[in-house]
Amino acid sequence: MATEVQGTDAVGGEGEGVRRRDFINIAAVSFAGVGGVAVLAPLINQMNPSADVLAQATTEVDLSAIEEGQAIKAVFRSQPLFVRHLTAKEIAEADAVDATTLRDPQTLEERTVDGKKQWLITMGVCTHLGCVPLGAGEGENRGEFGGYFCPCHGSHYDTAARIRKGPAPKNLVVPSYQFTSDTAVLVG
Amino acid sequence: MSFPWAEHYTPKHPVMKWVDERLPLPRLVYNAVGGGYPVPRNLNYFWNFGVLAGVALTIQLVTGIILAMHYAANAGIAFDSVEHIMRNVNSGWLLRYAHANGASFFFIVVYLHIFRGLFFGSYKAPREMVWLLGIVIFLLMMATAFMGYVLPWGQMSFWGAQVITGLFAAIPVVGEPIQTWLLGGFAPGNASLNRFFSLHYLLPFVILGVVILHIWALHIPGSSNPTGVEVKGPQDTVPFHPYYTAKDGFGLGIFLILFALVLFFAPNSMGHPDNYIAANPMSTPAHIVPEWYFWPFYAILRAFTMDLTIPFTGIVLIPAKLLGVLAMFASILLLFFLSWIDTSPVRSGKYRPLFKKFFVLLVIDVLILGYCGGAPAEEPYVMISQLAAAYYFAHFLIILPIISSIERPDPLPGSITEAVLAKSKNKTDDAAGAVPAAAAAE
Repeated sequence: MATEVQGTDAVGGEGEGVRRRDFINIAAVSFAGVGGVAVLAPLINQMNPSADVLAQATTEVDLSAIEEGQAIKAVFRSQPLFVRHLTAKEIAEADAVDATTLRDPQTLEERTVDGKKQWLITMGVCTHLGCVPLGAGEGENRGEFGGYFCPCHGSHYDTAARIRKGPAPKNLVVPSYQFTSDTAVLVG
Repeated sequence: MSFPWAEHYTPKHPVMKWVDERLPLPRLVYNAVGGGYPVPRNLNYFWNFGVLAGVALTIQLVTGIILAMHYAANAGIAFDSVEHIMRNVNSGWLLRYAHANGASFFFIVVYLHIFRGLFFGSYKAPREMVWLLGIVIFLLMMATAFMGYVLPWGQMSFWGAQVITGLFAAIPVVGEPIQTWLLGGFAPGNASLNRFFSLHYLLPFVILGVVILHIWALHIPGSSNPTGVEVKGPQDTVPFHPYYTAKDGFGLGIFLILFALVLFFAPNSMGHPDNYIAANPMSTPAHIVPEWYFWPFYAILRAFTMDLTIPFTGIVLIPAKLLGVLAMFASILLLFFLSWIDTSPVRSGKYRPLFKKFFVLLVIDVLILGYCGGAPAEEPYVMISQLAAAYYFAHFLIILPIISSIERPDPLPGSITEAVLAKSKNKTDDAAGAVPAAAAAE
């Protein structure tokens, strides 16, 4: 009973409905709470790629040795990068497809640099779960559409490295790159 | 925390008396796994697997702590350090094989433990918390096993890490940053290996903590039993020690014999040869499969090959990859709701004629999923996994609620003791019946 009377007194006395002690309580706990959350930021952020990993974020590729119809595997951000010199036949095959019917609609033009349609540069990372597709090496299985074939879960990519069949949701990713000369590209 | 007729701890030795008065730890152990814990008298051998899981966890902790003394968590030398353990460290081959196969045996006994719970209704009131904590342990085990498998830094380790963290990349918008964050790079690398090692060392102790909660929660209502009928009086129970320490001890002997057989005669039978090739980020093994204990879930993941679209518009609502990931997580998470999905008041599957049949189908279904999960991603396995995955969800979300409401259960025994006595009476009747038959034959 006594506390009840006291409580009413306090509320009535200050005329605000909030006691001084409640305010201090909420303010103190909030302050500690915000501080606690702030401490979490570095604890979470330390998991992100470190400076040395980020420092290796660009790769230069020499194209002079890649014959028509050949492909090479380079390394970009510690992941495989496919650089393919398309043949005229492969370009024609890619262009013959109506891009709007594809799962991830893109034309070969959109996936290459203007005037360098024969250079198809993509990540060698399947967009399904990240395996390295076959097809860049000599004599490897290139799948039903003559591009790349991922052995893990059976995704088939065509000559423009576009997904045509299987579980992968997207075309092989085209990283940002620029030609520094006629025979060299800088990726990243 | 126990039945009123539980035996009380009375220390005999003065030292134990002295300890008990200051820190009642001996009393706690006595009441948990000693004479002070009354257990239904009719438990069958399926009730061994809880203790066996505890033993398996202990084997993993002991061998794991020792392996960590010789292993180097650095992407440059991790693979070689595992070979160093195999070739140079005294008894290193034994410890590593025990740890690798110990993980498989841990999952074997835990799966049997889970299916025991599923059949005998151990997830029902008042033991929901025991079941929920059990699922938490199962999830922690899966995370721990996955990270442990990455540590040897072989081809399967590397590509397993790539594929499993790739699951998170399926999440819209934030997926890829999450994958990069988990790996500490754009692909599995030294940062990933180090953090997996750190967590692989930590999580078993978290599991141990949750195991203690699991047992604590179990000891409040007390153990369930094959009839599913609650304990009604002292005549229904026997003390844990010596009755079930003996019964569990026998089961443990069988477990250790089987473990030793695999450990010494087929230590690589459950592994993959590809993991004896050092990790190579430039080349994927032809056939990536996780360890066998993940196969059913892997099959569910791969069962989704079609995007969820709005019909006739081609607008993709959920891409196939995300669907697979969601389904895989859902297949485990739905077990959290099991206690409320199955509304039948009868606990034990023994007295549920309809439930019993569908339980057998579920076991077969999970085995089929497991087989498909280990098979290459091609027909007919993809279609079989699709059907089996659909059935898995149908079992829990459709079949179980329906049978709970339409099934007419068999009559339950009045008490555990009545069930036990009826069984032994049948036996003596059979024996008595056999004598005149034998006499007649003469």
